[in-house]
Amino acid sequence: MIEAELQFVVERLEARYAAAIDDDRLEEWPDFFTEPCRYQIITRENHDKKLPVGIFFANSRGMLIDRVRSLRDANIYEAQHYRHILSPTLVLAHHGDAVETQTNYQVIRITAEGATALFSSGRYLDHILVNGTTPLFAEKLVVCDSRRIDTLLAIPL
Amino acid sequence: MDNRPPLWPEPGFSRVPYDVYKSAEIYEAERQRVFMGSTWSYLCLDCEIANPGDYRATYIGDVPVVVARDMDGSLGGFENRCAHRGALICPKEGGNGARISCVYHGWTYDLKGNLTAVPFQRGIAGKGGMPEDFRREDWARRALRVESFRGLVFGTFAPDAPPLEAYLGPAIAKHIARVMRKPVKVLGYNSQILPNNWKMYICNVRDPYHASLLHLFFTTFRLNRLSAEGGILIDESGGHHVSYSKAATDRPSADYDAEKMRARQDGFALADPSMIEGKDEFGDGITLQILSVFPCFVLQQIQNCLCTRQVVPRGKDETELLWTYFGFEDDDEAMVLHRVKQANLVGPGGYVSMEDGAVGSFVRRGISGSGEDRELLEMGGRDWRSQDTRATESPLRGFWKVYRERLGL
Repeated sequence: MIEAELQFVVERLEARYAAAIDDDRLEEWPDFFTEPCRYQIITRENHDKKLPVGIFFANSRGMLIDRVRSLRDANIYEAQHYRHILSPTLVLAHHGDAVETQTNYQVIRITAEGATALFSSGRYLDHILVNGTTPLFAEKLVVCDSRRIDTLLAIPL
Repeated sequence: MDNRPPLWPEPGFSRVPYDVYKSAEIYEAERQRVFMGSTWSYLCLDCEIANPGDYRATYIGDVPVVVARDMDGSLGGFENRCAHRGALICPKEGGNGARISCVYHGWTYDLKGNLTAVPFQRGIAGKGGMPEDFRREDWARRALRVESFRGLVFGTFAPDAPPLEAYLGPAIAKHIARVMRKPVKVLGYNSQILPNNWKMYICNVRDPYHASLLHLFFTTFRLNRLSAEGGILIDESGGHHVSYSKAATDRPSADYDAEKMRARQDGFALADPSMIEGKDEFGDGITLQILSVFPCFVLQQIQNCLCTRQVVPRGKDETELLWTYFGFEDDDEAMVLHRVKQANLVGPGGYVSMEDGAVGSFVRRGISGSGEDRELLEMGGRDWRSQDTRATESPLRGFWKVYRERLGL
């Protein structure tokens, strides 16, 4: 894959990923990952200190599916949605079909009341597999810049 | 003369006027009478200041303090405010050393809060400097008494506070020791900003009645064992509590398998149940223990997810909840991974805790304009004693009993 094509492929994956979340198509969210996979939301503080606990962790698509089903059927939280703003993706490394990338994000959270506020900023440190027809995340590490979460984090970043 | 009607006219602790959450005056009084009074506040884990010279910045109520292990191994602490111009002496998370210098003008303190050096105290070339009668020993920072119990470090500003273990009482001490049974290591931190008064969160923690009604994760996925036994234990003062339950281990496993089967048929089984596969590491079948120490400390065991929660008031309408996740020093890699997975249950995005962020906001908004209206806390009667049911609000009444006594309300 030539460099320009690779850049296009990974950026399109990131854009589709963010759009699925922002459009409340959460049921599609696990389909962006390989099986097994690794997804974690963690603060920069814990990440830098090499502490393993974050805000959410999954190492299977099943755990991602469970997250969505819990948000839909079990958890109680004020209606809200996100708007992701992504930076261009930086390809950090590329070995065969495996690509390591970094994409900066800002997530604006809009609550039912109408408040629009910057909820989280940070970076996606991703391992993307580009061998199939659709590129997939083998690993997506969401490193939040701030150690503080306002009220609660329900929807994935 | 203050002719205003009393804020809390009714006796008892089962009708709580909403003004206690909303009054700026009450918030100020709490700082003096609750947090800086003869109570013990959780500061950190022993292992976070393991070595001589280790210190950490933390809080008692909303008052910034430094807690330290001195060079001789003794624990101490002091108010984190420079004698000179009031800057934080330690504006960072912590550090190591026998002395801490304020960055502003370099005033330097030892780990007990004694002022040991003032740059240019005698001036430069005989000019300037502090007055002759300035004595550094007059300007030591307000000292904390610091004690640790089973790996948990607490501090108090009050010289007359009872020793920590006496403050906790035997029942609470026993339930702390149950969890803190060997050396621990930190697995992570989280901070959650709650848009409500600190007491709303504390009372939520002490409310066993809401757990199965608000937090629907376990019920939705049929993870509840209906025969779970448990209880509520309230200490002699009323200020501390333990709520615990056991997923029944004595039930024929066929029943449980049938329950899992039903969940699968209804489509309400977890796709990946590895997260909730509990390991009975304490050997007593208790799968959930929530313990609170008045005013602001929570120790949590939910299956194998272990946390301290430090509740820090940030003004009357905002609270910072500091989560410290820990495991044991001898955890192997598989156990650490298991705890990382189970950490999904709690914290700012936790399956069984995210609702606690939501309800605090609902209550704060709901009590706007509440006038003389009040909470009605009469599940399980009007008493505050231990009860062998979780359909009770007695731990809340215990909290308000102690709170009223301390505030003189």
